[in-house]
This record gives sequence, C-alpha cells and structure tokens, in this order.
Amino acid sequence: MTAHVSVEKLRVEAGPQGQAKTIVHDVSFTLKRGEVLALIGESGSGKTTIALSLLGYARPGCRISGGAVHVGEDNMAAMNAAQLAGVRGRKVAYVAQSAAAAFNPSRRIMEQVIESALMHGVMSRSQAEAKAIDLFKQLSLPSPQTIGRRYPHEVSGGQLQRLMAAMALICEPELIIFDEPTTALDVTTQVDVLKAFKDVVKAYNTTAVYVSHDLAVVAQIADQILVLQNGRMMEKNPTPTILNHAEHAYTRQLLSAVQDSDSYKDNEPGEVVIDIANIDAGYGKISRDGKPEIPILSDISMRVRRGQTVGIIGESGSGKSTFARVIAGLLPAANGTMLLNNKELTPAIVDRSKTECQQIQMVFQNADTALNPAHKVGDILGRPLTFFHGLKGAARKQRVAELLELVKLPADLADRKCGALSGGQKQRINLARALAAEPSVILCDEVTSALDTVVAAAILELLGELQAKLNIAIVFISHDISTVKSLCDEIMVLYKGKTVQYTSGKQFAIGPYEPYTELLLNSVPTLDPTWLDSRQSRA
Amino acid sequence: MNVLKSMPLSGKLGALLVMFWVFIAVFGPWLAPHSGSEIVAYDVFEPIGGDYVLGTDYIGRDVFSRILDGTRFTIFIPLLAAALACSAGTLIALFSAVSGPRTDEVISRFMDALISIPSKIFSLVMIAAFGSSVPLLLTITAISYMPGSFRIARALAVNVANMDFVTVARTRGESRLYLAIKEILPNILHPMLADFGLRFVFVVLLLSSLSFLGLGVQPPEADLGSLVRENISGLAEGAPAVIIPAIAIATITIAVNLLIDSLRGGATYAARGK
Repeated sequence: MTAHVSVEKLRVEAGPQGQAKTIVHDVSFTLKRGEVLALIGESGSGKTTIALSLLGYARPGCRISGGAVHVGEDNMAAMNAAQLAGVRGRKVAYVAQSAAAAFNPSRRIMEQVIESALMHGVMSRSQAEAKAIDLFKQLSLPSPQTIGRRYPHEVSGGQLQRLMAAMALICEPELIIFDEPTTALDVTTQVDVLKAFKDVVKAYNTTAVYVSHDLAVVAQIADQILVLQNGRMMEKNPTPTILNHAEHAYTRQLLSAVQDSDSYKDNEPGEVVIDIANIDAGYGKISRDGKPEIPILSDISMRVRRGQTVGIIGESGSGKSTFARVIAGLLPAANGTMLLNNKELTPAIVDRSKTECQQIQMVFQNADTALNPAHKVGDILGRPLTFFHGLKGAARKQRVAELLELVKLPADLADRKCGALSGGQKQRINLARALAAEPSVILCDEVTSALDTVVAAAILELLGELQAKLNIAIVFISHDISTVKSLCDEIMVLYKGKTVQYTSGKQFAIGPYEPYTELLLNSVPTLDPTWLDSRQSRA
Repeated sequence: MNVLKSMPLSGKLGALLVMFWVFIAVFGPWLAPHSGSEIVAYDVFEPIGGDYVLGTDYIGRDVFSRILDGTRFTIFIPLLAAALACSAGTLIALFSAVSGPRTDEVISRFMDALISIPSKIFSLVMIAAFGSSVPLLLTITAISYMPGSFRIARALAVNVANMDFVTVARTRGESRLYLAIKEILPNILHPMLADFGLRFVFVVLLLSSLSFLGLGVQPPEADLGSLVRENISGLAEGAPAVIIPAIAIATITIAVNLLIDSLRGGATYAARGK
C-alpha cells in the first residue's frame, strides 16, 4: 500500500521576509490510508503549525517556505486559494481545540454541521441531514434525531466537541486533523469523546493527525507518534516503540512526566493554620436559614496545617475555584465559620485586617492574566513588599532579588515586563508574588493546568521545595488527580459543591473510594494503549 | 522616530500635517506679515497671488495673516477641551469600574442622560444664557464630549477590572485608588489616547460650526470657523478668503484622523506581534 499522506522536508517560517524565523525545520513523515499519527510536543514545538500545513494553511505572519505536503494526489503546499477552498472540508477536515469558540452561537447546530457538504455541493440538504443524523448516532450523541435543532449553548462541552467531529466528517474526508480536541474537557467527558473519535475514524477508514501534548491520550488513539521540540522532529516511531523503548532523551522526559507514581506525601503535621467548618456559599439573596439562593458550595469543612498541602479535586463546575474565593474572602461565605490561626476570620475581604489579608495569598491558574502586563517584574513583586512590610528603595530591591532567586529565576528579570517571559517563568513570578507577602497559607488554583507537562513538573517540584523551606500551608486546587495524589497530604474530592470524600493522602493511595472518586480515577488515561478499549468492554 | 518610520504612508502624511498645523498655531502670530485686525487694502476679496499671498477678506484685511493668527484658537481650544473631556471621562470611568454595582449604575445612567443631549443644541442654549467667551466654549465642549469618553473608558476598564491581576490586588486589600490608577489605567491608556484624538476632531468641528453661526470665538479675534463665516459673501466669486480657511479646517481634521488611524493600527500590530 502506498502512502496516502506524505510530508517532505516541510519548512515553515514566521515573520517578515528577510528576517524570518524558521518555526518548523524540515519535517517529513508518511501515513498510509487509515493510519492515525499523533504530533506531540510542548507549546511552541510547532505541532499545530504542522497540522495546519496539511490544510495548506499557515497562520497570519507565517508561511510554508519549503517542502511538499501531499494528501492523495494533491500537493497542498503548492495550491492557490481557490483550489484549497475546493479541497478543505471535503477532502481534508479540521477539528479545533475549543468547539465552543468554533461554533457560531447564533445558528443552529445542524446548519453548521452540514454547511460544508452543501457548499461543496456533494449532497442535497435532505441527504446531508440524514448523513449528519447517522454521524450523531455513531458518535453516540444523545437524541441524534433532534440534537441538530439546538443551538451550541444548549449542549455540553463534550457533546459540542463530538458535534464538531460530525461537522468535519460530513463529507467523509480522506484526512482529518484533530487539534487538541479533548484538552479543554473534564476527564470523565474526555473518555467518551476519545472513544467516539476512535470508533468513527476506524469506521470511515480516515487517515488522521492528532495533535496533543498528552502522551497518555495519544497512546489510546494513535498508530504512530511523532515527537516534536522547537519545530524539529525528535523521534517518530510506532506507538508501542515510543512507549516502551523511547529512543530520544526528550521523549523519555515526556514519559517520565506522565508516569503515575505511587508515592504519596505525608508531612509532619504542624499547628492548624486554617480551620473551616460547615461553609455554605453561593450567589443571590441569602435566606433566613443561611442558604444562598443559588448555592455553589454546601457544608464544606476543611483543616489545613502548617507545612501541609490539602488537595481539592473536582471537575469544572464542582465549586473548587469558588471555594478558594470563599477562603480569600472574594465571595463571602453565607454561613459557617472560618478560623485563621485560631482567630475568627470575617467572611468578606473588606472587613479583614491587613495582616489577615497578608496571611492568605492566592495564586491563579493563568499567569498571563494574573500578572499586570503594564508593570515590570520588579514592581509586581515589590508592591506586596511595600504594602505589607513597608519595604522601600534598596531593601525592597534586595528582597525582590531574593524572591527571584527563591523561585530560581535570574535577578535581572526584575527590570523586564512580563510580556516577553515564557509561561513557566510567569508562573514562577506569580508564585513569588504570593511568597512576597510571607503568608501562612497559599491557595493554588490550577496553577499547572495552563503549562506544558515538563514545565508543570518543575513548578510542582519548586512548590514542594518552597513548602519544606518556608513551612507554609498550601491548598492545592486541581482537576488533575495524579498531581494531587503525589503532592498532597490530605485530599478532598468535590462534586457539585459537596464533599464526596475527604481523606489523608496515605489513605487515598490505597482506597477504598467513594463511587464518584472511583469514576474519576478510572477516567484518567494511562500509557497503556489498550486502556481505552478495556474500558469500553467494561462499559 | 521609530514610530514614525514604521507608519504607513497615510500616517506619515497625517503626522507631517499635524506637526505643520501645531507649528502654525504656536508661531503663527509672530510669522504673520501684518496684524490680523489691520485693514491693509482697499480692495476686498482679492485673489491669490496679488500683493497679499492669500488675498484679502471682506473688509480688506490680509487673509494669510488672519489664518496664521486664528489657527491657535482652532487648535488649542479643542486640544484643551478634548484633554479635559478625556481625562474627566477616564477618571470617572475608573472610579465607576472599581466601585460597587450600585455606584456604577448611578454614574452610568447619569452619563447616559448627559450623552442624550445633542451637543450643538446644548452649546446654543449655554451660549444664549451666558454669552460666548473662550472659557465658556471650553467648558461646553468639555462637558458635551465627556460622556462619550466615559463610555469607552468604562467599557475598557470593566474588562480589565475583571482580570486576575486586579483580583490579586483586591485580595491583598489594596485601596480602590490603587486599583484604578496603578492596575487598570496603564492597560487602557493606549486606546484612550486614540479616543482623545477622535474627540479633538469632534471639538474642532463643533467649534468651527459654532463660529460659523457667529457664536464661537468673538471678533476682533477669529478662529478658522469665523473666517469662513465672515467671508461667506465672497463664496460666489470664489474668494480665497472663504475657501482657504475651510480647507485649513478640513486638513487639520483629516490629518489628525490619519495619524490616529495609523497609530491604532500600529498598536494592534504590536499586540499581535507579541
């Protein structure tokens, strides 16, 4: 069998002609019909750029400057706009990361799913709709007959992602490109979506390119894996080879970052820093019995000791971020008591003293939005020093340098604005700012989920070191069970604003588990390529 | 200088014209060959290229000198008025954005009420009540363009106020003043500067039309709008006395617009490049 998709010495450049920077260096691979190739790498590794070049597309400011991209007979790199328009959607299709952003919110789903079929004139409207309903069934969407009549906001994120796959498959393309299609989904949803993708790709014998940063996800679906770093091919091998006998050091680094360790943390418990009992919180009017009109959290209790980490696991909508906001006083609790160092803590931040504010510091998920782009790093770190500790001038400068050293960043960063820093550096500064206040507890809200695996691992390591050095308490909020498991002394599982399980990390490593915890644990993909199929047979 | 170099051609043209007009506004009175109010010729509405560069006006004054003299009103009153309108609008917007929803609501509705008054009618009523003077013109134009500036600044500030870095500052217990000035303001400054330019153009046009009605800058002083009005009888014979000031107003407004557009384009390009 000959190659169906072949990419030869693909080179993509970015920037104006003459001073262009090469962002993809001579990447070559071939795929047989029906094969699934995974492009894996960190952000900036060029994986999406390569995937887009299969559509003959380069993002604004970039251009395909060399090599050939053959899909079947066509060289996508050499086609003009009109020719490409004829091929895209019909022969090659694309599934984007965020279906919520990719669907037009003001048009019904069916209209959008069959749009490309009608545009290319491959079938009539009624044929296309029948075909779409077939696809909905194959993708195991609920009520396939009527789901197309809904608007995008009326279905869930996981369903929308599958609808997007239906949109891509409507013309039965030869090649389909999945660009991180499950990254934005919860683990329990991700399993179903992956399953649906895998089945449908097999059923139509479609060649697929799957872009992801998650090796465990890729292991379930890909026949071959291409590892990328900085726009260069590191390694390309069949999936089992990559997983078991990785050739390249970088691949092994990626593997070790996902490998599930059985270790758990069990730090010496210090005195209680924060003691939270029977918290209710939410939005709207508060009724006489202390329940808010729209409850988000009900009856949550938690105790954090100095030097310990309490992990909070939950899916989106579980109220885990709200809980952090309640502790920080941004959303005043409607009911319940909070003690900080054995002293009563008022629910609303405006009633708290400066010292109380200083004791509790929050670190946000996305360092891009958590750091003011208009300020220099030195000012970002210096402000809490001046505000809480009255440091000025040389003393402040000195302390900023110490903080930068503490999070392992060079001291000369202090004069730079954070726009030019990498994601990992930004997150370190984010952390350093919280430490600048010298708090007794830090609330970490999904601090690693916006980072690449290797970078995230380094941040987690740093967090552990800092905790040991400074003896602070940490509340670690995450949707990533394996991270929480390896990092936390105590673990709380939240579901719809209620505590499902609250145990020590030691206990969590062995079980027993509540049914929902069990479901969460089983939904995390492992590096075993048969994992998805074995789950299927169980279901 | 780099900013100028990276601009498109239209932007360079705009910048050049703006610099030219600012130069005239500052040094015009000294450059003028005659006093603006001096009657220099017996012939009225002389054409270009006679004894006087741009001819004479309806009572025989030197048009060239009068334009050199009058440009400062057309440039500086709007400049000051736009600066007042924009800084007041931005500051109130910042206060509104960091305050609670109730304060925000009250301020916003008040501004809505203000914005619904047509600026020309408002100026006419005010001038009828108090008589025309430069301070009054300044106040009127500043008040009528402030709500628009407020709306834009508030929309921008509310977006920024919801960013995590502002929340971080809130959890630190920072004052509202700090949130507004240190955290939010630097992030909305660029678009507000563009807005300032646009408002400047609006004020130039409003002021010129008021002067055209005879309600703006009062004789013996004259801004470009007044020059057009007082020489309107020369329009039939195509006198430069009426055409040149009109062209001057047009080039000022167009130049500022060109400059702003290219600056704005440059700003978004820089943001994309990052």
